[in-house]
Order: sequence, then C-alpha cells, then structure tokens
Amino acid sequence: MTEVADVSFALPRGRRPADPLPGFRIALVATLFWTGLIVVLPLAALIMRPWQEGIGAMTAALQDSRMFAALRISFVSAFIAALIDVPLGVILAWALVRARLPGRRIIDALIDLPFAIPTAVTGITLATLYGPQGWLGAPLAHLGISIAYTATGIVVALMFVGLPFIVRSVEPVLRDLPPEFEEAAGLLGARPRQVVTRVVLPALLPATVTGFGLAFARGIGEYGSVIFIAGNQPFHSEIAPLLIVVRLQEFDYPGATSIAFILLVASSLCLMGIAWLRRRVARGMVAGAAP
Amino acid sequence: MSTTQSSRREADIPRWLLIAATYTIVGIMLILPPVLVVAEALRNGFGTALTTLADPDALSAIRLTVTMTLASVVINTVFGVLAAWLIAKYRFPLRGVLTALIEMPVSVSPVVAGLVWLLLFGTQGWWGQALDRIGVHIAFAPPGILLATLFVTFPFVARTLLPLMEQQGRDDEDAAMLLGASFWQILWQVTLPNVRWALLSGVLLTTARAMGEFGAVSVVSGHIPGLTETMPLHIETLYNGYQSVAAFSMATLLAAMAMATVGLRSFFEARARNAVIHGQDA
Repeated sequence: MTEVADVSFALPRGRRPADPLPGFRIALVATLFWTGLIVVLPLAALIMRPWQEGIGAMTAALQDSRMFAALRISFVSAFIAALIDVPLGVILAWALVRARLPGRRIIDALIDLPFAIPTAVTGITLATLYGPQGWLGAPLAHLGISIAYTATGIVVALMFVGLPFIVRSVEPVLRDLPPEFEEAAGLLGARPRQVVTRVVLPALLPATVTGFGLAFARGIGEYGSVIFIAGNQPFHSEIAPLLIVVRLQEFDYPGATSIAFILLVASSLCLMGIAWLRRRVARGMVAGAAP
Repeated sequence: MSTTQSSRREADIPRWLLIAATYTIVGIMLILPPVLVVAEALRNGFGTALTTLADPDALSAIRLTVTMTLASVVINTVFGVLAAWLIAKYRFPLRGVLTALIEMPVSVSPVVAGLVWLLLFGTQGWWGQALDRIGVHIAFAPPGILLATLFVTFPFVARTLLPLMEQQGRDDEDAAMLLGASFWQILWQVTLPNVRWALLSGVLLTTARAMGEFGAVSVVSGHIPGLTETMPLHIETLYNGYQSVAAFSMATLLAAMAMATVGLRSFFEARARNAVIHGQDA
C-alpha cells in the first residue's frame, strides 16, 4: 500500500489541514447516509428492541428452553460440519495445487458451486438427494441410515455450504508454500509422513483455522439450505434461524429478537477472532500467511 | 506407487487413496446436486418444465427477482464505490469503525437481516403502523424485499474495491487533482478505470447474491404468490406444495442465472488479478 502523501503544506488556513483531494465531503456524506440507513438503523433496532417491552419480557424470552435447544443445535451442527469439512477441504486443496489430476480445472470451478447456488435451491436439492427415495437417501435407508428430516441432515447441508471456505482458505497458502521446504525436510532425513505432519500441515494450520471459522460462522446463521432437509422438530432438529421465523409468525418479537441478538454476537465474535488470527499470522510468521 | 511428474514424495498415505478421495468428495458433494436439479426438472420432459415456468405466478416471481436484483445492484454499486473511495483515499477519525460497519452484513444470518426490517417497518415495528396509516407499505411488500436485499448485498462492491484501491494509493488521483480535475472527473477518468475489473467482479457478486437471497427476503416478504414472491420464495412454495417438477424447473433457471453470473465473475477476477502486480484476494 502506498503511503498517503502529506500535502498539508498546500493549505494555508484552517485548524487542521484539510485534504485537498476533492470529493471528501460528498463521499463522506453519501457513505454515512447509506451505512446509517441500511446498516446502523436496523442493527440499532435489533439492539434496542428487546428492552422495549421491559425487563420482564426480556428475561422471559431468555428462559425459553426451546430457544436454547435451537441455539445448541445450530452451534453443534455448524461445529461438526466445519470439522468434517476440514480434512475434505484440505484434500481438495491438495488435489488442486499438488496433484496434476485430469479434470483439475473442472474441480476448481466446482469448488465454488456451493457459493454460487442459491440457498433455496441447495435446500430442496439436498432434501431430495438424501430423502427416503433419493439417489443417496434410498441406498442409505437400506443400510438403516436416515439423513433427511433428522439432525444429521442439518450437518450434511452445512457441510455442503462450508466446504468452499476451507478449500479457498488453504489453497493459496499451499500454493505459496515453497516445495524447497519439503525437499529440505526430506534431505534432512524426514520421512514422507514427517514431512506432511511436521512441515506441511503446521504451515497450513492458520489458514485451516480461518476456513473453519468462516464455515462455522456461516453455518450458525444458515437458513435456506437447511430448513428443507432438517426435520424442523422443536428440541431435535430445529435450528435457531428457523425458530426466529417461528417466533415472528407467533408475533413474539422479543423472542425472535433475543435469538437474533445471540446469533449476531456469536458470528461477530467468530469473525473478529479470524481477523485477529490473520493479523497475527501476517505479522509473525513466514509461511501460512493467509491473504 | 511411484509418482510420475516429480521426485517429490508426498506422503506415506498412498497417492491413489488421496486421488480416490478427491473424486469421491467432488462426485458426491459437488456433482450430484446440480445433476439432480436438472434431472428432477426434466423428469416429465423439457416441454413440461418450460410450461411450469410460463405459469403466471412463476413469471411474476421472475419479474420481481429481476427488478429487485437490478435495483439493489445499481444502488449498492453507487454507494459502494463512494464508500470504497472514501475509505481508501482519505484518512479520517473512526475510519476503522466505518469499515467494520460496512463489513457487518456479511456476518449476519439471513433471517436476522430480514428481521431487522420488521423491527422497523413490521406491524409491531417502530414505524410500521404509522406508515401503514398514511398508505406506505414496506413490510410484506416489494420495498421491504428491496431493503432486505440491499442489506444482504451491501458490502460486496466496497469490499471488492477496497484492497485494490488501497494498494494503488492515490498518486494518480493527486496528479489529476493538481492538473485541475474535479471530483467526478477523477472518479470517472482516473479511479474507476484503474479498478474496472474489480468493480465488475463486485457488481457480479452483488447480482448473484441478490437474485438468490432467500432467508432475509422470506422474513419480510409475506409470501403472497404473484405479488411478493421472488424466485427463491416461489421455489419454496412449489416444493412445499409437492409440485416438484415446477420447483426444480424454477431452481434450474435460478441456479443457471446465478452460476452464469459467478462464472463471469471468476473470469473477470482472473483479469483483475493480472492487472495488479501482486495478486490480492478480493
């Protein structure tokens, strides 16, 4: 990044030297207006609304066991899905970078598919695919495994949604990892397994954690791809975003808002953690600097 | 098993096992789903699939999605460019806070992105009833859908432009200023040409996300077929009504539109990356 030039000498008056580049005021006014209207105002409503009905309504909303069940299901499913995605994503990243597979370009394009497909399409597709009569659901049902309309279905949907985050976080780091590292380790007598566990995987760790965090943060708020395949039974397979919708249909605004608030705080914390990790990595380490 | 291209040994884990794993993951997770969408749509033939798309409610959903997408893209592009310009080219107090606020919608669950508008404009919202009385309907009407879409796609243009604009600094802009260019001249003739591929990429990302948005729109729409149903919402209605062929036909169309947009974006993004000396992920 180029340093912004100090051009304060050009300005003879004013308490603080103003920036001579024209357009500051119009850009500032437009940005503040727009951010205020579309982001700050609605989020302010979200933060202030729960207290509007008084502290009683708020504590009542927070004593809802169905809400905690839904939050637990969302968090646990997102965690498990992101965790399973880690090895899958690392393998795919390896295949893209190191293995000269036939169809590598097609695989590369397919990785972004879960980003590209609208969530509602993902939802009905996975529900049909893993449903009792589905291409994968029917054979699995023979083995006594049911995925659609259970809590497992939630994990399957979140795995699909989260996979690209891991691949796209790990891939650039693996690409930038100089092969000399591995060769040097090999020359120094490391066995191939040691090269992977002591050299390659540690270098990929920050990027993997980043990808995991992104997939997890996305997973706890995910709605469209999940609701069709999840059974949506309270306490068993009802995710937190769905419970928000249910509460809204019951006109229970405090209930809906308190769930929304918890989800917002959780995913913000998650993304702040990732930003912190990235800054640390960018500052402190040679390999594994995620972009 | 001996590797062919290089003498570099990958691991004790046999190479073929990793390759088999790769093709299995790709096949089950990434190839089966899109194939299923098209197969379900064409189950009763191509003609039937087309007929379901000609249904009045389906056409109205397509029209609403196109309108909402175009409106969100235009509005968010204008403000996204100004926001990126502001943050990249100037230093001012609370600049970091403003950046964080612009990024905020990314971390918000789609359902929450819809809920916030009901808190303002819903029947129990702050201003909902007052506006209803003077005949302004926002929740459960197209304006609410637009606001929800704007919120969800708010950061993408600014986010795509920012790293590139910051990297380019403002030497070009300062030179233009010293030559007497006005703000709009600098923006149109200096800054935007410098970032044109990134801008296009941000616009396309906004487009893809706007047309596919489900959760946020679902909360504010009220699901009135023919009036407030976008394509994703109509897919839900059809699917829940056991009209599988119609649902998947609409899904095929929507997915094709979104994937074409994203595909175009990867193409331009590659060009954008080539345009910068050090490729930076947007």
